[in-house]
Amino acid sequence: MTTHRLSAYLAPRRRLRLASLLTAPVLWLGLVYVVALAALLVTAFWTVNELTGQVQIEWTTENVVEVLTEALYRTVTLRTLGIALLVTVVDIIVAVPVAFFMAKVASARLRHLLVIAVLAPLWASYLVKVYAWRALLSSDGLIEWAVSPFGGSTPGYGIVGIVLTLSYLWLPYVIMPIYAGFDRVPDRLLEASADLGAKGWRTLVSVVLPTIWPAIIAGSIFAFSLSLGDYITTRIVGGSTQMIGTLVYTNVGAANNLPLAAAISLIPIGIILVYLAAVRRTGALRSL
Amino acid sequence: MQLGRVARIVLATITVVVLALIYLPLGVVFLNSISTSESLSWPPPGFTLEWWGRALESTGALEALGTSVVVALIASTIALVLGTLAAMALSRYRFFGKETVNLLIVLPIALPGIVTGIALNNAFRTLMGVDLAMWTLVVAHATFCIVTVYNNAFARLNASGTRLEEASMDLGAGLFTTFRLVTFPYLKSSLMAGGLLAFALSFDEIIVTTFTAGSGVTTLPLWILQNMFRPSQAPVVAVIAVILAVLSVIPLAIAQRLTAKDAEAVAR
Repeated sequence: MTTHRLSAYLAPRRRLRLASLLTAPVLWLGLVYVVALAALLVTAFWTVNELTGQVQIEWTTENVVEVLTEALYRTVTLRTLGIALLVTVVDIIVAVPVAFFMAKVASARLRHLLVIAVLAPLWASYLVKVYAWRALLSSDGLIEWAVSPFGGSTPGYGIVGIVLTLSYLWLPYVIMPIYAGFDRVPDRLLEASADLGAKGWRTLVSVVLPTIWPAIIAGSIFAFSLSLGDYITTRIVGGSTQMIGTLVYTNVGAANNLPLAAAISLIPIGIILVYLAAVRRTGALRSL
Repeated sequence: MQLGRVARIVLATITVVVLALIYLPLGVVFLNSISTSESLSWPPPGFTLEWWGRALESTGALEALGTSVVVALIASTIALVLGTLAAMALSRYRFFGKETVNLLIVLPIALPGIVTGIALNNAFRTLMGVDLAMWTLVVAHATFCIVTVYNNAFARLNASGTRLEEASMDLGAGLFTTFRLVTFPYLKSSLMAGGLLAFALSFDEIIVTTFTAGSGVTTLPLWILQNMFRPSQAPVVAVIAVILAVLSVIPLAIAQRLTAKDAEAVAR
């Protein structure tokens, strides 16, 4: 038996066992992803041949300087950041009570149904959900129909539409980690808190929230990161609103200027790395 | 937990309202799929089954469905293997650079899709000089799917501890026998759940897909994107979405049942 011999050979060799487990995933992620990211950084310092439209290796800081100094990019970055933060906050505010109800109030049977009910919409196509919101937000859509008797009107296509649609899209991604976080809080801990005289509210603030904080951060990474890079929602329900994603897409597609697109994409990379570094200490990355 | 009656009712009400809001747009898509209005105006002026007949005859949509299934199957299989290996390494060993490997796995999903998309587009086209095709799409999808399998497997391995595996080894079972008879049965349901999530992630992905799919490769999301602005096709797109939403509940229910059974077995 060759597997037998291999097993006997590997058993006392801890490093070799570790290496045989790690080699494939680290090679894949390293070769495919890290190299691609590094190449992206390098491409930001190259240029495009004005005649042929081909990327050529001619070193310049022109793209990066343009992105850092032009007012357009600053405005769009701040707008994108604002939208992503707003979406994250909206999702957390909605997700926390729902996740808490699922994990700690609902019966086991109801909990399973609720998990399915929350997860199922993830499988419905992202695009059709955005398109559903295009229909909802349109001037003869459901929102207009529902609020016009009260003198309101649909927010239409713009920043409000983007925030509503993105919050809707990422909500299940935010509910699930927070639900898992609540689920990990042992009931004994809550009972102990109650036995020591804490009312429900006090238990929530002093016992539950500190315990599930990493789970909330984990949920926020989804909402924040997914919003930061979105360009399809912006195109469909954003009217003429520009976000970082639409600028990158225009430069890869229509303008065919990969180096400038690479330079613009450094903005969200920078923002996310700062964000991840800030939340790394909470241990949230492990509860993603 | 000790909660007042009012608090329970408030929480239940919020949950019901949020779930209703989650399903409202999907319900609107369903009604649009049988509405006589081609521009999806509300309320629907009348109902018709014409779009359903047209959708089931649409070869473009059916071919795109096939492409999506193939891409998602291959990508989630690769992710299953790589994610499980990584989870076993990170849950069972302590080593230098562990945090970095963890970050490496999370990065493709933590970075905005557009960054992953343009980075891979640039790597394939500029760095490697190859044309985008189906395999470039599969590679891209597998890369961001690894994390979902990894997370599920890692959580289960961490929860189970090493005692059972140590007992198996003490009783004379080798590494592979221990994996086959102890670790894998324990991991099975979480791998199933992780695999289903990876499949769903790939199936629905559009942003990285627009940057890494070859010109002849049309996944279902790409087909929907190409067709949704054609006025006559909009209700057909809605039909396809309804079918997908209904079909998707089945594998999720299976996964959920598996996990529940598994939890019972563990508790016993």
